[in-house]
Amino acid sequence: MTAVDEIKIGGMGASRRRVEDNRFIRGKGNYIDDVVLPGMLHMEILRSPLAHARIRSIDTSKAWAMPGVRLVLTGETMAARNLAWMPTLSYDTQAVLATDKVRFQGQEVACVIADDPYIAKDACEAIMVDYEPLPPIVNPTQSLADGAPLIRDDKENQPDNVIYDWEVGDKDGTDRAFAEADVVSKLELHYPRSHPSPIECCGSIADFNRSTSKLTVYMTTQAPHIIRAAVALVAELPEQMIRIISPDIGGGFGNKVPVYPGYVASILASILLERPVKWIEDRTGNLISTGFARDVYLHGELALRKDGRILGVRMQTTADHGAFFSDAQPSKFKIGLMHSAFSCYDIPNAHLVARGVYTNKAPGGVAYRCSFRVTEAMFFQERMVQAAADDLGMDQAEFRRINFVRDDDFPHRTPWGFLTDSGQYAKCLDVGLEAIGYQDFLAQKEEAAKRGRLLGIGISTMTEPLGAGNSREYDILGIKMFDSAELKVHITGKALLRTGAKSQGQGHETTWAQIVAHELGIPAEDIVVEEGDTDTAPFGMGTYASRSTPVAGAAVAMVSRKIRAKARKIAAHLLEISEEDIEWELGRFYVRSQPDRGVTIQECAVAAYSNMPDGMEPGLDNTAYYDPPNLTWPFACYIATVEVDPETGVWDVLRLVAVDDCGVRINPMIVEGQIMGGLTEAYAMASMQFITFDEEGNCVGSNFTDYLLPTAWETPGFELHEVVTPCPHHPIGAKGIGECAAVGGPAAFVNAVIDALKGTGVRNIDMPVFPDRVYEALQTGQDISGAPPVRTDEA
Amino acid sequence: MIKLRFAAPEMLVDINDLPGLDHLQREDDGTLHIGALCRHGALERSALLATHQPTMAAAAPLVADPIVRNRGTLVGSLCHADPQGDWASVMASLGGLVLAQGPKGRRTIPVKEFVRGPFQNTLATDEIAVEAIVPAPQGVPAGGYLKLERRVGDFATAGVAVSIDRSGGKVTRAGIALTGVGGSTIAADEAAQLLVGGPLTAEVIGEAAELAAQAAQPRTDHRGSASYKRQVVRVFTSRILTRLLATEVEAA
Amino acid sequence: MSSLYEVVPSEAADDVPVMKVTIRVNGENRSAMVEPRLLLAHLLRQGFNLTGTHTGCDTTNCGACTVLFDGQPVKSCTMFAVQADGHDVMTVEGLAGPSELHAIQEGFKEEHGLQCGFCTPGMMMTSKALLDENPNPTEDEIRWALSGNLCRCTGYQNIVKAVMWAATKLDGQ
Repeated sequence: MTAVDEIKIGGMGASRRRVEDNRFIRGKGNYIDDVVLPGMLHMEILRSPLAHARIRSIDTSKAWAMPGVRLVLTGETMAARNLAWMPTLSYDTQAVLATDKVRFQGQEVACVIADDPYIAKDACEAIMVDYEPLPPIVNPTQSLADGAPLIRDDKENQPDNVIYDWEVGDKDGTDRAFAEADVVSKLELHYPRSHPSPIECCGSIADFNRSTSKLTVYMTTQAPHIIRAAVALVAELPEQMIRIISPDIGGGFGNKVPVYPGYVASILASILLERPVKWIEDRTGNLISTGFARDVYLHGELALRKDGRILGVRMQTTADHGAFFSDAQPSKFKIGLMHSAFSCYDIPNAHLVARGVYTNKAPGGVAYRCSFRVTEAMFFQERMVQAAADDLGMDQAEFRRINFVRDDDFPHRTPWGFLTDSGQYAKCLDVGLEAIGYQDFLAQKEEAAKRGRLLGIGISTMTEPLGAGNSREYDILGIKMFDSAELKVHITGKALLRTGAKSQGQGHETTWAQIVAHELGIPAEDIVVEEGDTDTAPFGMGTYASRSTPVAGAAVAMVSRKIRAKARKIAAHLLEISEEDIEWELGRFYVRSQPDRGVTIQECAVAAYSNMPDGMEPGLDNTAYYDPPNLTWPFACYIATVEVDPETGVWDVLRLVAVDDCGVRINPMIVEGQIMGGLTEAYAMASMQFITFDEEGNCVGSNFTDYLLPTAWETPGFELHEVVTPCPHHPIGAKGIGECAAVGGPAAFVNAVIDALKGTGVRNIDMPVFPDRVYEALQTGQDISGAPPVRTDEA
Repeated sequence: MIKLRFAAPEMLVDINDLPGLDHLQREDDGTLHIGALCRHGALERSALLATHQPTMAAAAPLVADPIVRNRGTLVGSLCHADPQGDWASVMASLGGLVLAQGPKGRRTIPVKEFVRGPFQNTLATDEIAVEAIVPAPQGVPAGGYLKLERRVGDFATAGVAVSIDRSGGKVTRAGIALTGVGGSTIAADEAAQLLVGGPLTAEVIGEAAELAAQAAQPRTDHRGSASYKRQVVRVFTSRILTRLLATEVEAA
Repeated sequence: MSSLYEVVPSEAADDVPVMKVTIRVNGENRSAMVEPRLLLAHLLRQGFNLTGTHTGCDTTNCGACTVLFDGQPVKSCTMFAVQADGHDVMTVEGLAGPSELHAIQEGFKEEHGLQCGFCTPGMMMTSKALLDENPNPTEDEIRWALSGNLCRCTGYQNIVKAVMWAATKLDGQ
């Protein structure tokens, strides 16, 4: 009897076509706005036009009077039920509906629930709010200035606009390293405010059933179980009577993790009206008020020896969190995993000082394919590395190679306390340099310069921590960050798998089945995968920070192994021999001494219900909760080549080579899709995406005419390459991939443009690297720092 | 505008199904008539424009995005009077006119006099624009349109429309108009006049480009500084004309 | 839809205007009484229960709402339902034949041209119009034609491959 072909059954390594596609290509996805419940009403939000203002009064009488309006909620009505404020995932509080003040433009001030969304919007316009404007704070410098207005005067023990000060590393050791350095390379950077902006906006449908006391909430959430706990806390309802259903999600990227005021208001409205209430935000609401990303300033320094070794790194970061600290991130790390920067380099000394401040802008900071600020960390890292190599007059690739952690140095403890466990960094760099034709390009560049053409090449290499995280160090609101999988094998050998993760396009319905197929030999098409319903899914912390394959995927492997262990006992019983004499090959147990004698996994499944060994519980189900022993550490090398038009500053990407080592790949097709998606967002952030504010706190970038997303026309093509260094602690050797390219990509593009300007004296242009900024840099030889100015009348 | 709740008219008349307004016609002397319902997409695909009206042919693919081009119209764009509108510059460079019809009959309004201010045109309240007219060229038409947009569908950081007519090796008529560098379309008449009367030369092109840049009245904003936008005007004017210089040399 | 009854909201204001529209949707005549300000996208989604057409922005940029209007791609969020009266509209639900998927749908699945699936109906409708007009587009022509449809997940490269896959299949038929 021949072994089952793993690729044929859709096991590991198969580029299995996706199960979820079957409904999406037919237009039969079940996204939040597709869900219709009988008697459903519609909610719209009235938002503040001002960034900072006292609310003198709100007159809702005209709204109430409009036909079709069922309920109008204000901060006052929420406050009467203790719901005007809610806890955030970072131990702060956030206004659900404004009571005393509005603290950012776009903040939620009132809600109207009506028969249809058009009426609800009409009624919102009829609400009269009397504001008393206050001076707005639009950047950290203003936040920290003496005598700055206090944004969070609602909080006790909040004397200023500082949220936290946090520090990690060895200051003295690092200071000594800097004292000994031959060269100190410095760089000031701003990673501008950006927004995940999935094509589908956020929304919820709250349905409180008075007769059963059950609250069901459909919600665009990447973490339904966290939401269930949060709703239980906030609404003071018993958790077992709350059901959160996350349907198909049209893109998450971290935007759909936090708890938003619209969710809470829709829940209260449903409880009051005893009817389902649907809230779907519009794009402006999404961009102006939901979890933004980045907006961090860096002062960075590298201590260098003249042979190219990095002796120490200093980072000082200031994060602009907006009006409420509502990040979803591990509670111990105030600036997320910023201190994972430089993990791929063997640096003996490091010190990081981080400060977070309030401003009159939308709340957030951690979101957007960032693995808890790892995007900022790796961008700062590779921009600093680029500047350092240039300051030393060294080749960019060589400088990195000299400082890489070597293959035989693992496990490696970084100066900021992380433990990296595997990698082939130099090999990835070599693959990338070969693919881009590094030496040839450098020659081309020199030739082109003689004719006034500006070519540039940018390298970005990094290892990043994924799969948060082990229970010793990681928790959100005290809940540890394990994840789960529950597998039921039916009598006919088909199976149902549920996990605590929640796909928003990553293809879990396809890939988790591949892991089970790999472990049990059950064909992937015989396994249905479900996620997102807290009534049925085992408890998990959701999908973001690229944690699903590392954590939930591991749980899938572990539960499959538990099932296999039980099936082995059944096989022994069926074959009438002892377990020790049994071998396993994909899909089948056989007698070691007589390989032709065996039973398939399907036969074991039948037996689990009809022919159990004495004393064994029937059935073939199990659950696994996986607490990862460590983070996983994929590595990537991204290389971009560009040409800059010196007359206009317009730059075009010539080529983008990506080398990704994410360990064992479950489904190569899906892995590549994730990389390309991430690279596009990297390109977007480098070239055009940003949100900014004018001096009055007006948001520029609250719709798609200002917040620019690249189209198929601008987006470059990508050349993908693969290196595989399995993760030593993950059950199937996988490391995760969802965010790598968004993390490492931006620096490749920016480094390439800066490289094209080499010799002009320009060391930095902050993103987005718009043509006008490149041109100005070329003309002046000066760095271009900060976000583009909004408007002046200069002519 | 209605969708974004900036406007709430009591009554809206949909003209989309009116017959006889979607024409793109060329008279024997080269006069072009573009009907009110002639879509950007039709202009983009038009072989007639590719042959006879290079400035328009260059601009058509750059308006908005391909899907919007299936519905939007050139005449509609002129009437909308968005200071960032591409067609207004193109038509201004061509000396174009709007044909208005009302109860008192028809009249033509030069495009350069058609806009009162942002989003305000000079049609009377009982008039409707039925056609745009490009007058007959005074020689062989040549030209181009370049627009700096950071991505498809973005508003122009700056745009330049250049159109010239040539006969006997000399430029007999010229028009240069600028998008996105002022409160409305800017007609760079002085720059255009410089080109008329002689052949195109590198020197004359350089001077015209400089005058065009000076004619711009841009504001510094998040798309760039005022001086940057002038630079774009300068470069685009020069590039369009320099390409025409090359084709003339080839033809000769 | 039963003609036995029609529920009329009791509190509807008397002066809310309504008009009757009849639109040929996916080959079938569908009628509705609508307010003039109702967007076509909303009539399709809520009125006719064709939820495959999605909305993703307020400023006519994202293209998730793209349908074919008399065979041409239009953004249905920027058209009033009343403007579609008497016209042909094809949505993603009309792509597949009675017994098989359209080559474009197959191509998107085969080439992993979708991840979250939200932009996909719009992408496919625009692609269909492209292939109807240009059965053998180059990569540049595909990217240009799709430059009015935004995607956040895929990076577009596989979408281009999906359209080329479909073009090859249609060519062989």
